[in-house]
Amino acid sequence: MSPSARDARLIWLLSASAVIASGLLLLILLFLAKEAWPVLSHIGAAKFLLDDGWHPTEGTFGLVPMLAASLAMSALAIVLAAPLGVASALFCRFYAPPLIGRIYRWAIILLAGIPSVVLGLWGLTVIVPLIIWLSPPGTSLLAGSLILTLMMVPTVALTTEAALAAVPQSYWSGAAALGLSREGTILGIALPATRASIFAGILLATARALGETMAVLMVSGNVVQVPKSLFDPVRTLTANIALEMAYATGDHRASLFVSGLVLTLLVLALAAAARHTGGQVVHA
Amino acid sequence: MPDATGTAVTSTPRALRYLVLQGVTWMAAALVAGAFAWMLADIIWQGAGRLDWSFVTTSPKSAGRSGGIAPILVSTLLILTVAIAVAAPLGLATAVLLSEFTRHGGHAGRWIGLSLDVLAGVPSIVFGIFGNAFFSVWLGLGFSILAGGLTLACMALPILIRIAESGLRAVPNDWRLGAAALGMSRATVLCQVLIPAATPALVAGLMLGIGRAMAETAALVFTSGYVDRMPSSLFDSGRAISVHIYDLTMNVAGGDRSAYASALVLIALLIIINGAAIGLADRALTRRITPI
Amino acid sequence: MRVKKLSRFGIAVALFTTFSSMAHAAENKLVLTGSSTVAPLAAEIGKRFEERNPGVRVDVQSGGSSRGITDARSGLADIGMVSRSLKDEENDLKGFTIARDGVGIILNSANSVSALTDQQITGIYTGKITDWSAVGRKAGPITVVNKAEGRSTLELFLHHFKLKASDIKAQVVIGDNQQGIKTVAGNAGAIGYVSVGTAEFEAGQGTPVKLLGMTGIAASVENVRNGSFPLARPLNLVTRDEPSGLVKSFIDFAQSADVHDLIKEQFFVPLGP
Repeated sequence: MSPSARDARLIWLLSASAVIASGLLLLILLFLAKEAWPVLSHIGAAKFLLDDGWHPTEGTFGLVPMLAASLAMSALAIVLAAPLGVASALFCRFYAPPLIGRIYRWAIILLAGIPSVVLGLWGLTVIVPLIIWLSPPGTSLLAGSLILTLMMVPTVALTTEAALAAVPQSYWSGAAALGLSREGTILGIALPATRASIFAGILLATARALGETMAVLMVSGNVVQVPKSLFDPVRTLTANIALEMAYATGDHRASLFVSGLVLTLLVLALAAAARHTGGQVVHA
Repeated sequence: MPDATGTAVTSTPRALRYLVLQGVTWMAAALVAGAFAWMLADIIWQGAGRLDWSFVTTSPKSAGRSGGIAPILVSTLLILTVAIAVAAPLGLATAVLLSEFTRHGGHAGRWIGLSLDVLAGVPSIVFGIFGNAFFSVWLGLGFSILAGGLTLACMALPILIRIAESGLRAVPNDWRLGAAALGMSRATVLCQVLIPAATPALVAGLMLGIGRAMAETAALVFTSGYVDRMPSSLFDSGRAISVHIYDLTMNVAGGDRSAYASALVLIALLIIINGAAIGLADRALTRRITPI
Repeated sequence: MRVKKLSRFGIAVALFTTFSSMAHAAENKLVLTGSSTVAPLAAEIGKRFEERNPGVRVDVQSGGSSRGITDARSGLADIGMVSRSLKDEENDLKGFTIARDGVGIILNSANSVSALTDQQITGIYTGKITDWSAVGRKAGPITVVNKAEGRSTLELFLHHFKLKASDIKAQVVIGDNQQGIKTVAGNAGAIGYVSVGTAEFEAGQGTPVKLLGMTGIAASVENVRNGSFPLARPLNLVTRDEPSGLVKSFIDFAQSADVHDLIKEQFFVPLGP
C-alpha cells in the first residue's frame, strides 16, 4: 500500500470516529425527544407547567414544584459554596503557610473526587440525624444543599485558584509600585481581573449541582412540593427521574423523559453561559 | 468624611483589612477541611471495622449486611473494561483527528469540540435514562454489564478526548516536521512518533476517565442493574460498587457499616487511579518542558 | 509484524470465545424484574432452582410491580413480579400466584403507640393529624412515610382507605419496602406502611420496627392466611406468553410445595395446604 493510500484510510477512520463521538450528543437528545414525544404530543407541554402537583397515575404532571426544588437547593448551595470556594483559593495562594497550603490543596482535590453516592451515605447517616434533632423529618432541602455545598466547593476553589495563578506578574509588580498593600491588590486587582473565570467556575458548579442525582435523592426526602422552609423535604427533577424510572410505564415514563429534557436544557444553558463569560472549562 | 477616604492608605485600616481577610480565609479553610475530615473520619472509622481480606474475596450475604463484595468488584471491573474498550479507541481516534488533521480553530474542529463540551455537561442521570432507552430496550441488551459499560463509555468520552487531544498537541511541532522531512507518511508519523510521545498524557486521560466512571451511580442503576451475584457473561446484570453503596444505604436496614466499608474500598481505588493519573500527567509535563 | 498478526489473531479468538459463551449463557438464563416485595423471595427460590438445575442462572431485580408488568410485556424480563391482583387492562398477561401477603402499618419500636384506628391512620396520612399527642401519646411531630406513585403497596393502601394519591401529605417518599423500613427504623416519630412479610423478616433481623394491627386484627402471617386481615394481596409471577421451557419449569417450581419453607422464611403465606 502506498503511503498516501494509507493516509487516506487513516483519515477516513479518524473521521468516522469523530462523527460517532460528536454525533453522540445528537443521538442522546434525539432519544430523549423520541421517548418524551408521546406524552408531549397528546398532553401538551403546557400541562407540565400549569398542572397542580405531580400525580402521574391521576394524570397531573406539574413539574414546577420539582423545578423550584432543584433551583432552590442549588441556589442555597451556591450561596454557601461560592464564598467558601473563593476563600479557599485565596487561602491556598496567599495566606496558608506553604506546607498547610499544599496539604489543603491536596485535600480539596481529594474532596472533588469523592463519589456522590459516598457523600449521600455520609449525609444520610450523619447530617440527616442531626437535622432530625433540630426539626424532623431531617431529610430536607437543607440536607441536600449542605451535601451539594461540599461537592461544589472544590470546583469553585480549583477554578478560582487556576484563574489567580494566571494573573500576569506585571499586575502584581505594578500594584506594588503604586504602593498598594497585598490585600488591596487581591481585592482591588486580582479578584476583579479574574472575575469572569471565577463566575464561569461558579456557573459550572451550579450546573453540576443541578444535575446531581444520587446524593440528593438520598438526603432530601423526595416529597413533591414547593419548599417553604429549609426543613421541608423536597424532590428535585433528577431525584424524580431516579426514583420513578425503575417502574414507570406509558405516559408516566414518557413524562420522566420530559423532565430529563428540561433538566438537560437547563444545564446546557448554564454551561453555555459559563462559556460565554470567557472562563475556561474545567473538568473538576 | 474626607478623613475616612484619606485613611484608606494609612496603616491602621490596612492592618485591619489584612487581619479580616486572613481571618476569613482561615475560617473558610478550617470549615471546609473540618467537614471533610469529619466525613473521612466517619468513613474510615465505620468502614475499617468491617474491612478485612475476606470482605473483598467473598460474596454478599443477607443483602450485603454480612459477607463481602467480591462479585461487585468483578462486575465493576467488567463494566469499566467494556467502557474503556469502547471509549479508548474512539476517543483516541477523535483526539488525533482534532489535534493533527483539523486546523486549530477551524470549522470542523470547533463543532466537534463544542458538541463534546456540551456532552461533558449532560447530567449523569440523563445518560442513565438514555442508556436504558437506547442500549437496554432499543438494542435489546437488557440490564447487563454491556449496557452499563456502553453508557459509561458515552459519559467518559468527552474527558478522554479532551485530555488526549491536549497531550497530542503538546508534542513539539519540530517532531512532525522532522518526520515529514524524512518522508514518513502521516500514518507512520502518528504510530511511530506522536502516539508514543503522548502516551503518558493518553494514559492519564484514560485513568481520569476510569476514575470518573467508577464513581458513577445514576447512569448505572437503569442500565447494568443491581444483581449482586458473580456475573457469568457480559449479558448478565452486574452491580457496580457505587450502586452497591447506594442500595446498602437506602434499602438495607443495618447495612450502613457494609456501605462504609465499600465506600472505603471505592475511595482507596479512586485515590490509586487518580494518583497514577497525576503522576503520569506530571511526567508528560516534564517531558514537554525538557528540550529535545 | 509477526507479533502484530499474532496479537490480532489472539484478539479475534478472545472475542469469538466471549461471544459464544455469551450466547450459551443467554439460553439458560431467566430474568425476573418487578415488585420489591416479591424480589427477595424470588431470589431465594431462584437459588434453589439453580441448585436443582445446574447451568441455569436466575437474575432477580426489584423496582416495583409496574416495572414487572412493563418488563414482562416488553420482553426485557422473562417473568415479571407483581405484588397485587392483575388489573383488567393487564389481562393480556398470564398471572401465577405463588404466595399471599398483607400490607401493615409500621412504627419505630421506640414509639409507645400500639394501635391506630382507620380514622386515625387516614387523619395522619391526609395531614389532619400531625402530632402524636393527637392520638393520645407523647407529643412529637409525626413523620409520614409514603410510597412513590405507581407502587402497588400504595395502590392497595389507597384503595383500602378510599383515598386518592393526591390526598396524601407525606414528609418522606420512598421506593422499595426495605427503604420504608429503614426510614422508620431511623426516625422515632415516623409511620409507614409496608409488606407484612418484609416487615416481619426485617424485625426478625433486629431492625427496630413494629407492625400494628388493622381494624383490631393483628398483622400476622396467620391472619393473612385465614383471610381475616383486611389488607391482603396475592404475590404473582406474570409472563407475556403461555410459559414454556425453562420459564414454565421455574413457575411450576415456585408454585410447588418444594418452596413452602422458603415462603414461610420470608413471612409470606404459601398457597394450598
